[in-house]
Amino acid sequence: MIPEIGHFALILALLVALVQGSFPIIGAARGNAVWMGLARPAARAQFFLIVVAFVCLAYTFAIMDYSVTYVATNSNSKLPLQYRIAAVWGGHEGSLLLWALILSIWTVAVSLFSKHLPDAMRARILGVMGLISIGFLLFMLTVSNPFERLIPAAVDGLDLNPLLQDPGMVFHPPMLYMGYVGFSVAFAFAIAALLGGQLDAAWARWSRPWTTMAWVFLTIGIMAGSNWAYYELGWGGWWFWDAVENASFMPWLVGTALIHSLAVTEKRGSFKAWTVLLAICAFSLSLLGTFLVRSGVLTSVHAFATDPKRGLYILIFLVIVIGGSLALFAWRAPTVGRGGKFSVISRESFLLSNNVLLAVAAISVLLGTLYPLFLDALGLGKISVGPPYFDTVFAPLMTPALFLMGIGPVARWKNASLPELALRLRWAFGVSVATAIALPLLLGHWTPMIGLGLFLAFWIVATTVNMVYQRLRGREQSLITRIRAIPRSWWGMVVAHLGIAVFTLGVTIVKGYESEIAVRMLPGDVAHLAGFDFTFDGVKETQGPNYLADRGQLRVTRNGAEYAVLTPEKRLYTVQNMPMTEAGISPGILQDIYASLGEPLADGAWSVRIYHKPMVEWVWGGCLLMGLGGIMALSDRRYRMQNRRKVTAEKKEGEAIA
Amino acid sequence: MKRFLVPLVLFFIVVGFLAVGLNLDPREVPSPLVGKPAPMFSLPRLDDPEKVISPKDMLGQVWLFNVWASWCGACKDEHPILMALSKSGVVPVYGMDYKDTRQEALQWLEHGGNPYIASAMDMDGRVGIDYGVYGVPETYVIDKSGVIAYKQIGAITEDVLRNKILPLVKGLQTQ
Repeated sequence: MIPEIGHFALILALLVALVQGSFPIIGAARGNAVWMGLARPAARAQFFLIVVAFVCLAYTFAIMDYSVTYVATNSNSKLPLQYRIAAVWGGHEGSLLLWALILSIWTVAVSLFSKHLPDAMRARILGVMGLISIGFLLFMLTVSNPFERLIPAAVDGLDLNPLLQDPGMVFHPPMLYMGYVGFSVAFAFAIAALLGGQLDAAWARWSRPWTTMAWVFLTIGIMAGSNWAYYELGWGGWWFWDAVENASFMPWLVGTALIHSLAVTEKRGSFKAWTVLLAICAFSLSLLGTFLVRSGVLTSVHAFATDPKRGLYILIFLVIVIGGSLALFAWRAPTVGRGGKFSVISRESFLLSNNVLLAVAAISVLLGTLYPLFLDALGLGKISVGPPYFDTVFAPLMTPALFLMGIGPVARWKNASLPELALRLRWAFGVSVATAIALPLLLGHWTPMIGLGLFLAFWIVATTVNMVYQRLRGREQSLITRIRAIPRSWWGMVVAHLGIAVFTLGVTIVKGYESEIAVRMLPGDVAHLAGFDFTFDGVKETQGPNYLADRGQLRVTRNGAEYAVLTPEKRLYTVQNMPMTEAGISPGILQDIYASLGEPLADGAWSVRIYHKPMVEWVWGGCLLMGLGGIMALSDRRYRMQNRRKVTAEKKEGEAIA
Repeated sequence: MKRFLVPLVLFFIVVGFLAVGLNLDPREVPSPLVGKPAPMFSLPRLDDPEKVISPKDMLGQVWLFNVWASWCGACKDEHPILMALSKSGVVPVYGMDYKDTRQEALQWLEHGGNPYIASAMDMDGRVGIDYGVYGVPETYVIDKSGVIAYKQIGAITEDVLRNKILPLVKGLQTQ
């Protein structure tokens, strides 16, 4: 019964989405206030119905109803409750439901926080989001129904993929989807603006907080995924350029470009067409990512459910959404007009260069991801594109991007002077060059890549410090007052840029100085790596709720002093008979010590891999700082003022009429 | 106007490739062994470890070589198909029990039925390496002169059997 309620709620949600996707948009074109007014109640009704469907599915998982195919294939009676709930999005159908749920959360959020928007604009935005929702609901109801019954019912479920049985599963997909789907808001704003023909500073100002919020979620989501891969896959890597990772990284790159170009459009009225194109691309790449993950076109560790029929559906959906919006762009963008002029040396052109570099980076990731498919389709053979390609392409693109990042924020709008900039940043330059040469020598190993990475990281820090110093200098009030006088969005930028520096530093140090050994160890054996001694205490068998584990113990000492105890495990998930490695990690600000168990060898010996990862935590710390910067920008006073101002304006109007 | 059409055109080029890609299987990796002589081995037979089995014994006939194991889930899927094939007698099916224990393997055949004329035991997986086994089950079609004509990775389905393996076997048998 419960699954049928969920199914029925989805059907109703589709009907509501049809209303939401048609009447408000037509109403906006005809100036029909009643039709436009349907948008908000429809958005809320749809949200309610999808929540009902979602709760029904979660409940079906919780009570272990194996007469539902999706539950039977993604759960098991021995699976702990928290993973049974997370298993809701552990497979294809449920991921789509999560997608639809998050889309409706964003839609309701827009309907709640859009009181200051003109009615036609709001109707169009909610209408466009309704259209996207139709696509996903229809997809579920036609070829991916999570509520489909299994008759006769299974005795027990096939279990959730053991890779996904991890706290990361509870957190990472919802965050990532909040980011992906969040770009649908920026997309809807862009389409609404194109439809209405008003691409102006106001449009950019309204889109900015939504875009930043989606970007924050995406940043944190990608970070969580990277961290999860690090401790779950047992290879000590944190980014694999896997097709699905790339699918999340492309919208991030374009989204980052979008945030910056929106700033220019708002402040200077320039780059309008470019900003709209970025908004369309950011969301299109999110959809493309969904296609790549769900259709089985590419091989990936993430592609768990693949079916050509589904692939075809998503492809048609892509053609309609992306093709339609790019066609609209080609039709309407030429009439947008150009913004204010600016010279070659100005903040605008620095931002534009960075934008182009980010977009090119996204295109090169797309190219690398799709290249195997291109060759295969042309009958030129099967190849795979791996980290060497991406590493080679990324360094030359990111080097100028990070360098410009130091200059952009201190350059003047419209027309800046190069000699003045050079004079102002000469200390920052000197300090970062000196650090890039001296620090590796202190650490005992210098390569050009380490030098370059350190230079860029310290360049960003030094220019940011310089910028903060210049801005706070001089005036007569107390330092606190001066800090508070500066808008929080500016501090947000400072923090996010420092996050990039922290990230770059982490990547450079871990890539440059990491070391690993693979050894055969008997109980009592001692291995040595990076000044640490590892004593192997042997392996004990233990039992988890739905797995058997061999748990090894390694005592880590440095110069005889106890440092940590690592307990890497090798688990066998009994239902799917699938072995998993669980790394033993001792995280630290300066270094991670990481061990994973390999295969058991003859006479009680085990193969053990030990990794020393200096400053790897900084990689994720940098991402957290970027996210924090975004949140600070969102808390800026003007976004809170916006709603209040509108309310007071309405009040005044009301009083005037009275 | 024209430059604003560029994104749309690029998008449709990508869509074209994606549409073609939908009909391709990225997992289908052509085996470098196809067209080469089947690697030689001499392994004990599962039913009687005193005797050995070798591809040499099969020269002069077209035969299927199926790599299986009692621990392998997908082997259960293809098992009924192999049973039917072996009953039909169209082509002899030999097996290789891969990284398994003899006792469990024998039990498995006893429970599910034995479609193989004989199975070799490759308990440490050495011969599997020569054959490039990376997923079990895998099936090789080997011709009269001992050359591998086809490799199926993963379970044999009705579709693969009817449209790929059987036509190929018939063609090879008349040669």
